[in-house]
Amino acid sequence: MSSTVTVGISDLNAVRSPDVLVTYALGSCVGICLYDPLNRIGGLAHIMLPSSIDSGVKSDGYKFADTGITLLVKKMEQMGAKTPLLKAKIAGGAQMFASITNSSIANIGQRNVASVKNMLNRLNIPIIAEDTGDHYGRTLYFYAEDGTMKIKSVSRGEWLW
Amino acid sequence: MVLNTYSDLNAVQLDVLKELGNIGAGNAATALSAMLDHPIGLSVPEIRLLSYQEVTEALGGPENRIVGILLSLEGDMSGMMMFLLPEAFAHMTLNTLLGVSFYDFSSIDEMGYSAMKEVANILASSYVNAISLLTGMRIQITVPDLCIDMAGAILSVPAIQFANVSDKIIFIADEFICGEERADSHILMIPDVISLEKLMTRLGVDR
Repeated sequence: MSSTVTVGISDLNAVRSPDVLVTYALGSCVGICLYDPLNRIGGLAHIMLPSSIDSGVKSDGYKFADTGITLLVKKMEQMGAKTPLLKAKIAGGAQMFASITNSSIANIGQRNVASVKNMLNRLNIPIIAEDTGDHYGRTLYFYAEDGTMKIKSVSRGEWLW
Repeated sequence: MVLNTYSDLNAVQLDVLKELGNIGAGNAATALSAMLDHPIGLSVPEIRLLSYQEVTEALGGPENRIVGILLSLEGDMSGMMMFLLPEAFAHMTLNTLLGVSFYDFSSIDEMGYSAMKEVANILASSYVNAISLLTGMRIQITVPDLCIDMAGAILSVPAIQFANVSDKIIFIADEFICGEERADSHILMIPDVISLEKLMTRLGVDR
């Protein structure tokens, strides 16, 4: 029996095979799945903003791409995952309102994705699958059994990565 | 007093917002009746400060498909206003307004999108006019933008934009009644805190 663990907005978690992680309705936020195939440990972070540095207020690091990914890696290491083995799959970063004129709202998804890629690159974690951008919401399932990422949308059905 | 987040609003200030919501909703019902050429009733709006999590639940869960219409506020007040309308609301307005048979979201065409944007425009103007009238603030609203998708994904837009300001937002829930049909409408008012403070000062409830 596998259990399913829900990851909220600005949240993260990690599980062992055969458990499943899920985060609902990613819009402009980005879901980052990390997988250690040897120890079969999967981690998922749901970040809202690109960088903790631009943020005026002090808040927990789960909200940001840079600090969120670091915290996720740390959590997975504590469970026995090895960072050099980690591979990433990412999804989200959509522009929900296609014709919005306010540019800071318009490209936030894109900036989130860029920041996530930058951070993964710095940690030498390769991205092996990416389902980002466009104009629709995504629910993400991540299976610690084999590192499969499943994306579900309301108008386009669902598919696997 | 200095407002840092919406959570700093005191009971009197929340009451003032509720009253603004009442007046705005009243105006909105009148305007909508005129547009649809059909009497529209409206329940007393409920105004609450909610976290995004709570708003998502109030909308039927993160994956529930809804209509989101986003407008920006400019001028003396800046921020966003967002309408979150369930399928029933789209059903009510489109069937009455366009006389088209509307079954579900996938049957909405360009004409339907335009009609719903127009409805949002009228509703938003009603609220903004209420605020302007009472405060003398000059507020413009931008052209509405529409998205039909998961509630959680739509809400991520204001959540991200105001993540550094507040974890709570002003949530207005109305029930529109048109003949036999009833439909909920939800409005998020997301002024930036500077605008909110200005508003409170204008209304004499800044301390």
